[in-house]
Amino acid sequence: MGESSYLAAFIAISALATFATRVVPFLFFEKHTDHPLVKHIGRFLPAAVMALLATVFLQRSADWQTQAPGADALIPALLVVAVHLWRRNALLSIATGTAAYMAIQQSGIL
Amino acid sequence: MNHHAFKLTLPILFGYIPLGMAFGVLFTTQLDYPWWIAPLMGLVIYAGSGQILAVSLLAANAGLVEVAVAMFVLNARHLFYGLSLLGQFRGAGWRKAYLIFGLTDETYSLLTSRPRSANRELEQHVDFRITAMNQGYWIVGCTLGAVLGKTVAFNSTGIEFALVALFIVLTIEQLKALGDSFPVWAGAAAAALAMMLVPATHQLIAGIVLVTTVLLLHYRKYRTDTMAGEADRG
Repeated sequence: MGESSYLAAFIAISALATFATRVVPFLFFEKHTDHPLVKHIGRFLPAAVMALLATVFLQRSADWQTQAPGADALIPALLVVAVHLWRRNALLSIATGTAAYMAIQQSGIL
Repeated sequence: MNHHAFKLTLPILFGYIPLGMAFGVLFTTQLDYPWWIAPLMGLVIYAGSGQILAVSLLAANAGLVEVAVAMFVLNARHLFYGLSLLGQFRGAGWRKAYLIFGLTDETYSLLTSRPRSANRELEQHVDFRITAMNQGYWIVGCTLGAVLGKTVAFNSTGIEFALVALFIVLTIEQLKALGDSFPVWAGAAAAALAMMLVPATHQLIAGIVLVTTVLLLHYRKYRTDTMAGEADRG
């Protein structure tokens, strides 16, 4: 197989495999949209997935090898929570937390 | 309405441009392909961690079966996302295929968290616009990274925290909308357990399988409690 046909096949297969993971629930559960179990999972899963993604990516954004392990990401994260509970403005909370994280990472103070 | 959808996607803009650029830079510096392959991958594959994995698979000249398996396994968490959007995407016509194609972690987060009116067709148009804008940011990021390569000079270190902040904000919003903290604690606990027990590449899928199992058990208890409650009232 030539280099460009390998690349074309590679991209096509990657695209199909990725799409497959996203389309499966629509292929197999479409008929059961109103089943109480499917509704239950559909209703509660987003909250669980959000908390899971937040936890995993927060852990990965932090440096755990310092004197204050994880503080470089946990402080901005707490700031996001505080600002969000205070003003409930998503953009403001995200901008404040991100600015704090960037300042901490770039200055290297923690 | 356009303005409203754009505002919702702003955190994704700040997350996807730097992450797309990170992929683009990696692509140009690691591989010998023309720069436009990077945005092409953003257009047809559209998966952040998947595309970064693709760079190492391409560099290793991996076999195509291996590529298919690796991509499927890496993105397996998406197997569960559609369950929350079955009703929402129903009857969306030609848009539906694109809505499903574009269901990344971030788009899923926005679509399941945003307030919705009873007008499903209108809401599907908004969903479509949000999905397309997000993919647009991703492709712009891939292009910038691939074209600029190592010459990227501005100090944007840490800007990708916008996505972590987005997930935190959406967790709070989900908590308020549900009025039930159980799934949030279950999700965080599943994440903690997965991080302790499995290597980084499999943590998300392990956590999601775990928390879905917990929710299935929760369903049995929830249903028993509801039925008992109804019996009491009856």
